[in-house]
Amino acid sequence: MAKASRACVFLLRLLAAAATLSAAVVMATSHESTTVFGLTLDAKFQYTPSFKFFVIANAIGCGYTLLVLLVPPTSSLSTFVVMLDVIIAMLLTAAIAAAGAISEVGKKGNSHSGWLPICGQIPKFCDHVMGALICAFCGVVIYLLILLHTIHTVIGPLLP
Amino acid sequence: MAIENSKETGLGYRQKARVLGLLLVLLRLAALLATATATVVMALNKQTKRETVAYVGTTPIVQTFTAKFQHTPAFVYFVGANAVASLYSLMVLLLRPFMKRKSHEIFQHLGGMVMVSVVASGAAAAAAMAELGKKGNLHARWNPICDRFDAFCCRGGVALIASFIGAALLMILNAVSTITLLKNVAIQD
Repeated sequence: MAKASRACVFLLRLLAAAATLSAAVVMATSHESTTVFGLTLDAKFQYTPSFKFFVIANAIGCGYTLLVLLVPPTSSLSTFVVMLDVIIAMLLTAAIAAAGAISEVGKKGNSHSGWLPICGQIPKFCDHVMGALICAFCGVVIYLLILLHTIHTVIGPLLP
Repeated sequence: MAIENSKETGLGYRQKARVLGLLLVLLRLAALLATATATVVMALNKQTKRETVAYVGTTPIVQTFTAKFQHTPAFVYFVGANAVASLYSLMVLLLRPFMKRKSHEIFQHLGGMVMVSVVASGAAAAAAMAELGKKGNLHARWNPICDRFDAFCCRGGVALIASFIGAALLMILNAVSTITLLKNVAIQD
């Protein structure tokens, strides 16, 4: 029973590492160039600090998840791991929120501040970013499952 | 609720647990204040400017420009997220005498975790939009707006800082709740 739950958590963490890694990679490889009226308009993720934060946050999440796989499950570090799990989930959620806010402005513009939408000119970049956001969202959902599982296995038996 | 079967002399286990309980209540109150401040300051964030856009002969044509928080979906989400978090903290504080069982503590722990994520995501989205409003984006031809609406940006900044403080406090509370649950220690009222 304990072995099954440990294998379950191992599998979930591997999936989370894969999801966050793919989110970081997909965002990092997104760039597109178009020529509009003779002007070259290129879009790279480095031009927006939110997207840079997104890549870094997902890279940190992936690295942390792979590191945690090396921690033995019943040691003094496991309390620390539970707390760090919450912090990393918060970081990933914040990354999605920040990138999502900028993407929404890019897609729909903001008429009140005079910001025109740019997804019409660089559709492939926008699709790429959307793919990265979906991967990161999957990563956050899997992290939520990991946290729920931790609560169930570690704290559940302590219930009276 | 104190651990019955440990007898200690000195400063007294009960007193230590009581002080810890009081500290937790103070932290929760501080988180409530921080998120409530963020909500209120952002919800009341509005700036109107009248500018002369053209001249017809000698009479100036004045147009009114407004900056409201509703113009940006990220700020709307920010207000909603901080409102939900402050309501949650308020509920936890008010229902404290009634929630003493272990299962209630687990619900509280789960709720705290959700609130940490919610507030963090709201603050991150609003920070992204605030950075865009302050610096603009040269490559997308988006001009900054903070040079024209400085009071709006200032108040937005204050709300953001309050929300970040609230998120940090909620995270500390969640960490304490984790340690409490894992070590099976009960905090006395």
